[in-house]
Amino acid sequence: MKANDVILQTATKVVFFIIFLFSIHIFFAGHFAPGGGFVGGLLTTAAIVLLLLAFDLKTVQEALPFNFMHIVAIGLLLALGMAAGSFVFNVPFFTHAFGDYYLPLFGVTSLHTAMIFDAGVYLVVVGSTITMIQTIGGDS
Amino acid sequence: MEFVWFIFLPILAAILIPFLYKTIRNVHTGWFVLVIPVLLFIYYARFVKGILNGEVHISELPWIPSLDISFTAYMDGLSVLFSLLITGIGALVVLYSIFYLDKKREKLNNFYVYLLMFMTAMLGIVQSDNVISLYLFWELTSISSFLLIGYWFTKDRSRFGALKSMLITVFGGLMMLGGFVLLSIMGDSYSIRELIANAPQMVGHEYFTLAIVLILLGAFTKSAQFPFYIWLPDAMEAPTPVSAYLHSATMVKAGLYLVARFTPVFASSEVWIWLVTGIGLLTLFWGSFFAVKQTDLKAILAFSTVSQLGLIMSLFGASAVAYHVSGEGSAIFKFAAFAGIFHLINHAMFKGSLFMVAGIVDHETGTRDIRKLGGLMSIMPVSFTVAFIGSMSMAGLPPFGGFLSKELFLTSMLSLNEFNLFNFDTWGIVFPIVAWIASVFTFVYSFYFVFNTFAGKKKEQALPQKPQEAPFGMLISPVILAAIVVVIFFIPNLVAKAFVKPAVVAMQTGLYENPSDVAIHISAWHGWTPELFMTLGIIGVGFLLFITMARWQKLYDVQPQYLSLNALYDSMMMFGETGMNRLSRFYMTGLLRSYLMYMFFFIVTITTAALFIQDAFKVDMDSFSPVNAYGFLTAIIIIVAICMVIFAKTRLAAIIALGGVGYSVALFFVIYKAPDLALTQLVIETVSVALFLLAFRYLPEVKRHGETRKIRVGNFIIAAAVGVTVTLIALSAHSQKLIPSISQYYKDTVFTEAAGGNIVNVILVDYRGFDTLFEIAVLGIAAIGVYSMVKLRLSRKEKSDESK
Repeated sequence: MKANDVILQTATKVVFFIIFLFSIHIFFAGHFAPGGGFVGGLLTTAAIVLLLLAFDLKTVQEALPFNFMHIVAIGLLLALGMAAGSFVFNVPFFTHAFGDYYLPLFGVTSLHTAMIFDAGVYLVVVGSTITMIQTIGGDS
Repeated sequence: MEFVWFIFLPILAAILIPFLYKTIRNVHTGWFVLVIPVLLFIYYARFVKGILNGEVHISELPWIPSLDISFTAYMDGLSVLFSLLITGIGALVVLYSIFYLDKKREKLNNFYVYLLMFMTAMLGIVQSDNVISLYLFWELTSISSFLLIGYWFTKDRSRFGALKSMLITVFGGLMMLGGFVLLSIMGDSYSIRELIANAPQMVGHEYFTLAIVLILLGAFTKSAQFPFYIWLPDAMEAPTPVSAYLHSATMVKAGLYLVARFTPVFASSEVWIWLVTGIGLLTLFWGSFFAVKQTDLKAILAFSTVSQLGLIMSLFGASAVAYHVSGEGSAIFKFAAFAGIFHLINHAMFKGSLFMVAGIVDHETGTRDIRKLGGLMSIMPVSFTVAFIGSMSMAGLPPFGGFLSKELFLTSMLSLNEFNLFNFDTWGIVFPIVAWIASVFTFVYSFYFVFNTFAGKKKEQALPQKPQEAPFGMLISPVILAAIVVVIFFIPNLVAKAFVKPAVVAMQTGLYENPSDVAIHISAWHGWTPELFMTLGIIGVGFLLFITMARWQKLYDVQPQYLSLNALYDSMMMFGETGMNRLSRFYMTGLLRSYLMYMFFFIVTITTAALFIQDAFKVDMDSFSPVNAYGFLTAIIIIVAICMVIFAKTRLAAIIALGGVGYSVALFFVIYKAPDLALTQLVIETVSVALFLLAFRYLPEVKRHGETRKIRVGNFIIAAAVGVTVTLIALSAHSQKLIPSISQYYKDTVFTEAAGGNIVNVILVDYRGFDTLFEIAVLGIAAIGVYSMVKLRLSRKEKSDESK
C-alpha cells in the first residue's frame, strides 16, 4: 500500500485519538448506556485500522510496539481470573460484586467487577482483530 | 485429623518431587519418595487393631454436595488390607527402584510423580465409599499405568503397550461407570454401604443383570481376565519396579477388590456367580497354559499373574454361593471368600518377589530371554533363593504360604460340586477338574521359571554382559517378601486373624457379625483329604510334564498367529485407523465450497424437518411492527446492494457492495431502536471491510474457477434454500410465544441484581457471562489460528524461494 497521502495522514493523527477516546468512553458507558467491551474493542480496532490505512504496517508497529497476541492472552486471563476469583470469596463461579464508592475527582462512582470482565473482553477483541489484520496484511 | 486426607498425601507430595530432583542431584530422588509409603503404612497399620474387633471408620470430605458426590474414606477389613498392601509393597518397590533406576540416566522426576499419582489413585479406589469418586480414582489408575508403561517412551513397544492397556482398561472403566449409574438408579444412592443395604429391593429390577455385566466388564478388564488379559503381557514393557507394583501386586487387584466389594449386592444373582466363577476359572486355565509357552521371564510372570488373578476371581465368585445355603453343611461354602483373600495376600508377596528377581536377572545379565539364561544359581545365590521360594509358593508346595491357600482353593472348588442351585448339580464337577488341570500347569511354569533360569548349564557367552549378584540394596525388598512367604506358612492363623477374617467380614456382610465369627482354622496337615490327593497328583503329573517339556512345547506352535486375541486387537486397531481415515477422506475434499455445502445442507434439512414435524410453522401478521418509508427505502438499498454483490465483475466492487448491505442492516437496527446492535454492526462493518481490503489482493480472480452452469445452479439452490429456511424460522419464532419472553425478567432484575442499566451489556457480562467467556476464547483461538497458518505458509515459501 503506498502511503503518502498528506491530508489523510494529518487528519488521521487527530481522528485516531478522537475515535480512541470515544471507544474508551463507550467502554465505560457500557453498563448503563449503549456500549461495552465488545463495541469498545471494535472501535479501538477501527481506529488502529485507520492508522494502518493512512500509514503503513511498519510505522504502526513502531508506534504501537505491543505483541497483540500477548494482549489476547492478558485479556483472557483477566476475564477468566475475574470469573474464578469468586472462588476466593466462597461464592459460585462468575458471581459479580458491585457497590457505590466515593472516588476523588469522580465523586460517587458505581464500581462493578463486571467491568474487569468487560476489560478482558475489550483486550481480547482488540488483540485478536489486530493480530489477524497484522498477519494477513504483513503477508507478502 | 480426617483420614480421608491421607489418600491425597502421595499426590500432594508429588508436587515437590520435580523440585527435589532438580535441586538435589546427588541424592537419588527415590529416598525422598520412600518416606511417603512408609509413613502411610505405619498410619494404616494402626487401624488393624480396631478392625480386628469389627470396628469401621468413616471420614468424609465433601466434593460436589449438590450432586451428592463426596470423597468418603471407609475403613473396614477389606480397605485396610488393600491399603496396607498398596503402601507396604509400594515402600518395598520404591526401595527397589532406587537401585534399579540409575539416577543419572533416568528421568526420575517423571517416574516418581507417576508412581505417587498411582498410589493416591489406588488408595482412593480401595477406600472410597462413593461410587463416583471410586470411578474417578479408577480411571486415574489407568492413566498413571499408561504413563508408567510408556515411561521409556522412545521405545515402540512401550508406547504400544501403554496405549493397549489404556484402551482396554478405560473401556472397562466407562462400562463400569454405566453400571454404577444403573446401580444408583436402582438403589437410590451413590454410597456403597447404602447400596448394600438396599440390595434386596434391587433384585429383580430390570437393570439388575445389565448392571452386573457392566460392572464386571470394569473388573475383568482391570484384573486382566479372559479375554481382556491381552494388555497385561504388553504392559511388561514398563520398568520392572512398575510391573512388580502395578501389574502384579496392586492395580490388577483393583478388579478383584471391586468384585469383593460388590459381592453383597450381587450375590443373589445366578449370572454373577456363573460369570465371576466361570470367567475366573477359564482365565486361570488359559493363563497357566500359555505361561509355559513364553520365553521372556517377565512374560511368564505376566501370564502367571493373569492365571492367579483368575484363581482369586473364581474364588470370589464361589463365595457368593454362601448366600444361597444355610443350615447344616453350609460351612463348607464359606471357605471360598477366606481362600480368595488369603491367596490374594500370598500372591502379592510371592509375585512381587518374583518380579523383582526377574528385574535383577535382567539388570545383571542384560537379557530376560529364558533360552539364553541358565546356571545362574552359583553366581546369584540370593536371587536364586528368593526365586525358589516364590516359585514354590506359586506352585503350591509346602512349606510356603502358597501351599495353604492352594489347598483352600481346591476345597472351595470341590465344594461347588455339592451346590445344587443354578445347574451347579450338573456342571459343578467341571470346576474341580479345570482347577486341577490349571494347577498342574501352574506347577510346570513355576518350575520352568526358576530352574531354566538358575539351574542347568551356564551359557555366559550368550549373555550381553557378565552376570554377577545384584547389589545389596536391590536384594532387600525381594528378600523381605520371600521371608514373609515362608513366615505365612508357619503362622497362617495369626495372619488370618489380623487380615483375612476382617476382610472376609467386610466382603460378606450379612453372613457374619464379627471377625471372630469366621470359624476357619488353617492347618498345614489336614489328613488324607481329597485336596491332598489332588495336590499329590499335581506334583506327580506336573513334574512329569516339566521334565518332558522340550518335547511337547512345540504343541503351542499349532495355534496360528492370526487366530490369537492379540491379532484380533491389532486388526481392530488397524480397522479403526484405516477405516476412519477413509471415512474422513471421503468428505474432506479440501474445498471450502464443499464444506459450506455440507453445513448449509444440514442446517436447512434439520431445521425445516423440525419445523414440519413439530407443525411449528405459523405466521401471525398482527404482531408485526409497522414499516415506515425509511424501512422500505433501506430494504430497497439492501436488495440492490445484494444484486451488486452477486453480479459484480471485480472483488473490490463486491466488497464495497457487501459493506453497503451491512450498513443498511445497521440502519434497520436504528429504525427499530436497538442502539447497541446498531453500534456494533456499524463498527464491525467498518473493520471487516477494511480487513477485506487488506486481504483481497491475495484472493483469486473472481472468474478463475471457471464456474460451470451446473455449479451456478447448485449455488443458487443452496442459497435460496438457506434464505427461505431462515425466513420461515424467523416468522415462526416471532409469531408464536410458547413460553413467556425472558425480557421482562431482565427488565425487573437488571438494576436490583446486576446493578446495571443497559440490559444488552449486562447480558453479555453477567447473565450470560459464560457465553462471552467462551466466545472470547474462540476469538483468541481464531487469531492464533490465522497467525500460525499464515506464518507457516510463509516459512515454506521462503524456503522454496531460496532454492530457486
